[in-house]
Amino acid sequence: MKLRSMLLAAAAVTLLAASPLSAKTLRYANQGDLKSLDPYTLNETTTNAHLGNVYEGLTKRGKDLAILPGLAERWETPEPTRWRIYLRKGVKFQSGDDFTADDVIFSADRVRATGSNFTTRVPKDAKFVKIDDHTIDVVLSSPNPILNSQWDTWYIMSKKWAEANGSAAPTPASATTPSFAALNANGTGPFKIESHQPGVKTVFKPNAGWWGKPEHNLTEVIFTPISSDATRVAALLSGEVDIIEPVPIQDIQRVNSGANVQVLTGPELRTIFLGMDQMRDELLESNVKGKNPFKDKRVREAFYKAIDIETIKTRVMRGLSTPSALMIAPELFSLSKDFTRPKFDVEASKKLLAEAGYPNGFEVGMDCPNDRYVNDGPICQAVVGMLARAGIKVNLNAQPKAQYFAKVLKSGGFKTSTYLLGWTPGTFDSHNVLYDIMGCRDDATSNRGETNLGGYCNKELDKLTDQVLVESDKAKRDQLIKQAFQIAYDDYAYVPLHQQALAWGVAKSVKVAQRADNSVLLQWITKD
Amino acid sequence: MTVSAAPAPAAATPVKPASLLTRMRDSDIWHSFRSSPLTMLAAFVVLALALAALFAPVLAIMNPFDPAQVFLMDANIPPRWSEGGDERFIFGTDDQGRDLYSAILYGMRVSLMIGLGGVFLAATIGITLGLVAGYVGGRTDAIIMRVADVQLTFPAILVALLIDGVVHALLKGIPREQTVFGVLILSIGLSFWVQYARTIRGSTLVEKNKDYVQAARLVGMSTPVIMLRHILPNVIGPVLVILTINIGLAIITEATLSFLGVGLPATQPSLGTLISIGNKYLFSGDWWIVAFPGFTLALFVLAVNLLGDWLRDALNPRLR
Repeated sequence: MKLRSMLLAAAAVTLLAASPLSAKTLRYANQGDLKSLDPYTLNETTTNAHLGNVYEGLTKRGKDLAILPGLAERWETPEPTRWRIYLRKGVKFQSGDDFTADDVIFSADRVRATGSNFTTRVPKDAKFVKIDDHTIDVVLSSPNPILNSQWDTWYIMSKKWAEANGSAAPTPASATTPSFAALNANGTGPFKIESHQPGVKTVFKPNAGWWGKPEHNLTEVIFTPISSDATRVAALLSGEVDIIEPVPIQDIQRVNSGANVQVLTGPELRTIFLGMDQMRDELLESNVKGKNPFKDKRVREAFYKAIDIETIKTRVMRGLSTPSALMIAPELFSLSKDFTRPKFDVEASKKLLAEAGYPNGFEVGMDCPNDRYVNDGPICQAVVGMLARAGIKVNLNAQPKAQYFAKVLKSGGFKTSTYLLGWTPGTFDSHNVLYDIMGCRDDATSNRGETNLGGYCNKELDKLTDQVLVESDKAKRDQLIKQAFQIAYDDYAYVPLHQQALAWGVAKSVKVAQRADNSVLLQWITKD
Repeated sequence: MTVSAAPAPAAATPVKPASLLTRMRDSDIWHSFRSSPLTMLAAFVVLALALAALFAPVLAIMNPFDPAQVFLMDANIPPRWSEGGDERFIFGTDDQGRDLYSAILYGMRVSLMIGLGGVFLAATIGITLGLVAGYVGGRTDAIIMRVADVQLTFPAILVALLIDGVVHALLKGIPREQTVFGVLILSIGLSFWVQYARTIRGSTLVEKNKDYVQAARLVGMSTPVIMLRHILPNVIGPVLVILTINIGLAIITEATLSFLGVGLPATQPSLGTLISIGNKYLFSGDWWIVAFPGFTLALFVLAVNLLGDWLRDALNPRLR
């Protein structure tokens, strides 16, 4: 009797083990957490990539970043100011509701509402007109040939779900209490979020009802934020996690020498830069009272020339960065090579500061994230040292990105005097940089300059930006872009630092598609 | 009387004491100190490290808190004796090019200041509350001691983290560099006071019914005077032991907070911050950034704890 039951149990175990449906759990660690599950709270690649597993836009981008149909099956422009969008039929949200034109119109209003960090995804004056349940017309006031170029990260939300859960308005990044939509997700995408504990872990499960054909073979994904570099690397080496992003550059060699892991590297399209508050009449954090030193171009030039980018490259980035003269990666703008960085020259900086009336320099605060970009904290510290030698005493406020973004972004009131930020244009096009980062912030009704944290403003540049938007001849357009970048370059509007390198640590049993915008997308991951 | 100090006479006619030095040399404590080589060694280590910290500006080759003196080109240089070492940097440099030897001296200074500040704040709060609770009794006693009991259910480091977070949130807008010192002292002070309060309360309960206190009360002295002039000197002994051991604990707490990133910023590194920086480079083989500050911290805390242990034994009448 006893023997028989044991045999039976053994047979059951053998059967189970032989089943082809063995669980494939992928464990993924990033240096930062998802700031919010509300897809309109924070326009940041890591958060966007996470939510891109759950939510979908009208368009998608492929492994090579080419625009593909997403929730929109196809689109056409019968006239330059009218786009007709044909929506995919038979798509269901994870809550079970059907996806219709009403959801798109709702999302278009929500993404442009106060508190959204994505207002530039959709032009402010664009009208969304419902033709039928699966057709929409977008009526524009001026032509916009790149209208849908960043719709891949304008995620469509369910109207019914958001309204039923009191989340019809977007959650601002500075919100102190999370809304329902910030803690729960309901998209149409390949994965759904099974549980989400902010700062601890997030569990993704495949969405069985997804309309597309899955390219992954995962049955579960567990995401944990591990901010400590050493701990993250140790977790990968010990097999506790399968993917980490980023691999700290000082540890790339160590990871590559591991038997079961490897580092996937490549150039990233993100530009890391420093910005200065040039808008307020008095800086928020400075010992200079009654005036703003950064309104003086000489001070900005001094700031720029005090930065020794080559040393940052060799010492902090260990060679894995490309110093940049422009606010956009060379891969994204063909005439980038026409610009070179002004030479590093501390003596010139000191002279310029003295001419501007600060022979003894001045004191200023700097905001810096310490878990967002590759070695962001050490870069800021290095900058503090370099500026100190030119006479500018910087009070560094290095903080986790949750606090950092809540402070410096529009929703937090741009409360910064100088800051470090990284930017990948959502459109992968210069217009986004000229409009979002360099555009004037003076018109409160416009979404121009949404992430222009320092408020740099030059009307000539804005004019060129508007021409760039409607110009369809590539060569002419590039010339216009070049002129616009030249203005910002001559104004010392920003201090571009470098493009960092991608570095993902991946177990050899895992195959991933590494996209140049540094998005870790689960739908292209397979595990042996 | 369990403490070597004699109870002060009730009347305010102080007997002129023998010179402090003679009294000290005749005391049991000095004798016990002289007969324990380990204690003397510990005292020497504590003294040497404290002096090194005090005279850091003279002993160090650079001021690691001044960004203008730190050159990034010097980053991650190994100690002088190993391959690739540099004559100037005996213990090597950290990721920003700070000389580790100088950074340790300055960092120890910060750690010591915060540790001592925190412990004295804790002792002041604890002694005051303990005296009041023990002497006044009743509802006051109940409230103070229940608060203490609740706090005891949390580890001190958690309480310190909590206070640090709350105070920084309240002080929003003021640069962290300016407030971090005070906040750290406050959070250490507020998380360590319970031990003092409980000890003092216990001794006070015993002392307050003794004749000399009754006498003082009869003479008509005010409550604060009785507590401070009569009871306090007789209950302070055990506190000295807690104080010594707590200095080590407080320094560790500061280091832990800094290691976790809520303490001193990387621009003004304490020992804990240095260890935290070094931790990032452990896998890449730059062991010295974490090793030397860690060793210094361990050495100092060990020495302080040895002193504390000895003091506990020396003041314990049952072991005499």
